Amino acid sequence: MVEGIKDKVAIIGMGCTKFGERWEASAEDLIVEAFVECIDDAGIEKKEIDAAWFGSCFDEVDVGKSAVPLSSTLKLPFLPVTRVENFCATGTEALRGAAYAVASGASDIALALGVEKLKDTGYGGLPDFGSAMGTRNRLIFPNMTAPGGFAMMATKYFDKYGLKPDEGKRMLAHVSSKSHHNGTLNPKAHLRKEASIDKIVNAPMIAWPLGLFDCCGVSDGSAAAIVVRAEDAKNYREDPVYIKGLQIALSSGEELMYTDWDGAHVETAVHAAERVYKEAGIKDPRKEIGMMELHDCFSITETVTYEDLGISKRGHARDDIESGFFDLDGTIPAQPDGGLKCFGHPIGASGLRMAYEMYKQLQGKAGPRQIADPKLGLTHNMGGFPPYNLISISILGL
Amino acid sequence: MSGITSYGAYIPLHRIDRMNIYLAMGWLNPASMLPGEKAVANYDEDSLTMAVAAGIDCLNGIDRKEIDGLYFATTTPSYKERQNAGMISTALDLRPDIRTEDFTDSVKAGTGALLSACDSVKAGSAKNVLISASDCRLGKPGGYQEEIYGDGAASLLLGDDGVIASVEGSYSLSYDFVDHWRAEGDRYNRSWEDRWIRDEGYGKFIPEAISGLLKKYDLKPEDFAKVCYPCLYLGGHAAIGRKLGFEPDQIQEHMFTTVGNAGTPYPLMILVAALEDAKPGDKILLASHGNGSDAIFFEVTDEIEKMRDKRRGIKKNLEAKKYLDTYERFAVCRDLITIDTGGRGEECAPTSMSALWRDRKAVLGLIGSRCKRCGTPQYPPQRVCVKPDCGAIDEMEDYRFSDKKGRLFTYTGDMLAFSPNPPAIYGMIDFDGGGRNLFDLTDCDLDSLKVDMPVEMSFRRKYVDEKRGVHEYFWKATPIREG
Repeated sequence: MVEGIKDKVAIIGMGCTKFGERWEASAEDLIVEAFVECIDDAGIEKKEIDAAWFGSCFDEVDVGKSAVPLSSTLKLPFLPVTRVENFCATGTEALRGAAYAVASGASDIALALGVEKLKDTGYGGLPDFGSAMGTRNRLIFPNMTAPGGFAMMATKYFDKYGLKPDEGKRMLAHVSSKSHHNGTLNPKAHLRKEASIDKIVNAPMIAWPLGLFDCCGVSDGSAAAIVVRAEDAKNYREDPVYIKGLQIALSSGEELMYTDWDGAHVETAVHAAERVYKEAGIKDPRKEIGMMELHDCFSITETVTYEDLGISKRGHARDDIESGFFDLDGTIPAQPDGGLKCFGHPIGASGLRMAYEMYKQLQGKAGPRQIADPKLGLTHNMGGFPPYNLISISILGL
Repeated sequence: MSGITSYGAYIPLHRIDRMNIYLAMGWLNPASMLPGEKAVANYDEDSLTMAVAAGIDCLNGIDRKEIDGLYFATTTPSYKERQNAGMISTALDLRPDIRTEDFTDSVKAGTGALLSACDSVKAGSAKNVLISASDCRLGKPGGYQEEIYGDGAASLLLGDDGVIASVEGSYSLSYDFVDHWRAEGDRYNRSWEDRWIRDEGYGKFIPEAISGLLKKYDLKPEDFAKVCYPCLYLGGHAAIGRKLGFEPDQIQEHMFTTVGNAGTPYPLMILVAALEDAKPGDKILLASHGNGSDAIFFEVTDEIEKMRDKRRGIKKNLEAKKYLDTYERFAVCRDLITIDTGGRGEECAPTSMSALWRDRKAVLGLIGSRCKRCGTPQYPPQRVCVKPDCGAIDEMEDYRFSDKKGRLFTYTGDMLAFSPNPPAIYGMIDFDGGGRNLFDLTDCDLDSLKVDMPVEMSFRRKYVDEKRGVHEYFWKATPIREG
């Protein structure tokens, strides 16, 4: 395998807005808010940045195409700026672009910034996929939504492992309930109320078998990071966070069109995990990973991800979920900041928001939700839906 | 000898008890109460989709490459300019070098298409011509037509090889009798007084056509095993038979109280029902009604036996049914009332005609590809084989999925996606013989679905883009119907 970028890139500053229904804020407002926190945290001035990567997904209802919205909002002085988009993994793609730039020596100080302004459509949920899915796909794909796309994985998971609907839903409810608790400890989170298992199980159905609380928040927000080469990092701060691994994997088409995939896991996550563990030198993730921010767009996604990452045994995530293994006081806390579920999910920002939480936890600045010994943090960012997706995974550490 | 070589039919799954219509709307017109039930096309069905369904039934076991023509008969086409028969032909995966025509503007068009197809075969310009007749007419809420009209389709294959019922003769009448009409821009039919229609039109033209045919061929009513003609009025229907001298058991049941007056396909649906029970040697008489009448007589051959239980036809379609329990569901299904779709329901991206042309076989015909190297079927058609250890490039051949059955790999019922019949149900289908993709599901309830249950494919309307005047179609999966 190639050498990878382990310990070649450091994050020296991060910023993240409060996520939520930010009716008062435009995408430009959110960009500025995340950016100001980010460069203040890095202790640098704007003019020191020499390249930027900009992530936004639903540009149609957001800032529009290209990276000009970032460069013109921040008045970046004719810098090279690239827009990236890879479904809901867009934020991690921005970080990956910036990280590769400094690792290669093409850039000294790079900005990665993601933003999404979702609450300007006039209806709930993500913007309708119709115009975004492609000219032919819209002639043949069902009139799908994200909850439906993932609910099909829950149907299949329940069927494959013999879970009665009530058993399956209670397992999933535990996943969401845990994140609701964590969200109450996070002032920047979109949703900050506890939700009991019973409340979750009895909530209105969104896409069978997923109910309202199985679905993450649809939020506005922005997050940003400044990266430099590892050897320069200590010039900026004492506690930079290093990228130990950063990998992505995309569907090959076989999940959607060939009949081998079992529908009860995300195949790309298995490949991305294998590669990132190799890059980061991780042999036993269940022992070596200290905390995780997973792409819990839906409770079922987080559930299968425990297995795809090799943390839980295949088909046995329920044991770990229900024993509290992933709770904030458990062995590997997942979604300490509330996750997509409660911190919220402004698409283009989410990957960077996950890194933001790992960064703060590693620096011991996570307040009431601080994890005692975070060791290594893992972020897992998924775009698309189970048969047609991409996964990006990063490992971050001191 | 030329005549009918195969038949098929389609009746939509949904029915409504006419009493439910009357209970909701009868206060407007207390005399409008009618007995029985009627068939109702689902929200994603129209004349085109039902014509395809009947065509599929008719072509079961027949090589589609052998079809030289397709005539579509309807008064409710989706397009006024864009040949509807051409869309049906593409959906049925017929050859492009065939003759396609729309027969329209009168509910007599079904028998008109039949006679034209028969003439084409007799003249030798085509060997096998498929006709598919379908209608999906709306009556104004609260009126008689709303109770009378039902939806359905029938399809016949005309040829001279393997004839099951030879076309022995015909007698046609054309009168500009304006009993009902629909002008440019009208959504609903208008009609003249029913007593006049019954006594001066319906009650006269069918007898005149049948009498003309009997005289022309020197036949008598007792020569026929069955006589088939549409029902506009229950009493009037029986009176026609009596007037002509047919015994009640010679008169083929009219389905007025099970399907309703289905318009253009109606006489052909009654004929298909007669053929299902016909014996070799039976003579069958058919007459349509609409701006005159076409009377046609058939003689059933020994070949009829080969069709037994090979078609859904009328009987099996009549058995499979699900009731719309309220008038409101019927009204939404047929778009009689404007519902609040929400912002998401108003979203409709433009349809690219150039992309649709390029992908016409994949989209309208559900044609995928099969790798010639490894044999893997795949949908949509691929250039690079999807089988992980194959990956052959450009070694594909066309592969038709529309006639393949499959299993429901997984599914959901989505309350967030807009549907006039929520939840929007969709899932992944694993086709028997290989191939997988995502499809909408229709004609089913979420509670009735199970992983791995058998499904089949049904041609449906995917969306109507009213702003741009586009009716777009694709295939959905449905649980396999009983029967």
